[in-house]
Amino acid sequence: MNHYSENWLLKVEGLTKIYGKSNVRSIENTGPLFDSNICPETGAIIACADINFELFPGEVLGIVGESGSGKSTIVKMLYFDMEHSAGCVSFHKAPYIGKNILNESNQSKRAIRNHLMGMVYQNPRDGLNFKFTSGGNIAEKLIMAGNYHVGTIREKATHLLEKTEVPVLRLDDLPAHFSGGMQQRVQISKAIANHPPLLFLDEVTTGLDVSVQAKVLDLIRELQQELGIAMMVVSHDLSVIRMLTDRTLVMKNGRIVEQGLTDQILQDPQHPYTQLLVSSIL
Amino acid sequence: MQPLLAIKNLHKSFTMHILQGKKIEALIDVNFTVAPGEIIGLTGKSGSGKSSLMKCIYRTYLSDGGTINYHSNDGVVDLIALNDYEILHLRKTEISYCSQFLSVIPRVTALQVVAQPLLKKGLPADMANEKAMFILKALGLSEALWSGLPVTFSGGEQQRINVARAIIDPPKLLLIDEPTASLDAATKAVVIDMLIGLKSQGTTIVCISHDEYTLQHLVNRCIHLEKGIIVN
Repeated sequence: MNHYSENWLLKVEGLTKIYGKSNVRSIENTGPLFDSNICPETGAIIACADINFELFPGEVLGIVGESGSGKSTIVKMLYFDMEHSAGCVSFHKAPYIGKNILNESNQSKRAIRNHLMGMVYQNPRDGLNFKFTSGGNIAEKLIMAGNYHVGTIREKATHLLEKTEVPVLRLDDLPAHFSGGMQQRVQISKAIANHPPLLFLDEVTTGLDVSVQAKVLDLIRELQQELGIAMMVVSHDLSVIRMLTDRTLVMKNGRIVEQGLTDQILQDPQHPYTQLLVSSIL
Repeated sequence: MQPLLAIKNLHKSFTMHILQGKKIEALIDVNFTVAPGEIIGLTGKSGSGKSSLMKCIYRTYLSDGGTINYHSNDGVVDLIALNDYEILHLRKTEISYCSQFLSVIPRVTALQVVAQPLLKKGLPADMANEKAMFILKALGLSEALWSGLPVTFSGGEQQRINVARAIIDPPKLLLIDEPTASLDAATKAVVIDMLIGLKSQGTTIVCISHDEYTLQHLVNRCIHLEKGIIVN
């Protein structure tokens, strides 16, 4: 059987982020075994180290773990929001095949973000420009992806708002005047405006009330099925992970302690930390 | 004939790290084969390992040792040794698991839940819905409920949604846990008929049941478990 072995979309090898001065033993002296990500010798913080995984086209991959375990760090490095300390990320899309996209020029990184990636942040303020209208925010992404015709842009923005159930009447309103759930849906519209093959979702439902949460999750699922976007879903909420993802990475102290099929992680966790996490579900 | 499923020396235990590494033996040296088109009943008391066995086959549980050879469309594969992606592919195309309790996404109507497997396969919505309505009607679920949300349904209604979703797109291997548990006699008979109908379309079924009537009328052969060991 060889259905999936070759055609990954994203391959991450040895991805590492360190704050402060580290030495050769910093990585081996930190991690889940030591229950710490602070180097005992130099005080460097190992936000994440030795991260290896693959993501396939159309796959939904979850990352779970407690606050500070390094979940968001990974996603931020992959979206170039944050510099990496070490590691290689390959993106199987022309013209980046065979290259480490982390070492590309800033111009190429912008092009990758504009054409191949989308990001939805926990805080809508990080993903939206609050000085622009909701339509203007979507237009910004469309323009960066190479659409310049005003009529087409308005049409596309309208369509995206409809799709994400934001009243189209509010196309020309500022997101600052929207509810949290609506802001989040505008952010999703913006993130998918350029039809990216890869979408990052960082704690997108945290802080929303349950009915709005269900609505946002529903939307993400629908978009995934309809557009076949590969997604990386960062969440500390295991119900979100169960609903959305096929496979899951479990993180602790900056390391992946376990990865597998999501139902296996939730029902037959192997690592002590995952067992603790799963047994803590309300 | 080559078996569809051949399980050899299967072992499964759970190590509970939060209980000072306490080890629980769930399955001990399980061996059996299932022929294509057979309906196998898994029986035994609660806690005897029936669900564990089923979950090892579906790979929700990681087995400790042994082999589970499955005759897939691409040849014989060991379900224990396949990687996650190969398992996901088989789950999408050949092997279905229907749990004892319905778990659904909030805000999705009963009809949509049942039509989901066909939609995922790319069938047009009207065709998928038509098929879903046909099955729900046959299972006697009142039309008023089709646009309702399954979380608000009774146990028996949820059970029928669950079974309907499992059989709308007949898999090659169906793993089904207590399909008739909370149903009245008449509906039970309908579900049994439908499962036998699947068999005639080539589906092989492994079914957990405590129900005498279901076992008598549905299965070809029973495998009885006691404390994780097959005793027949």
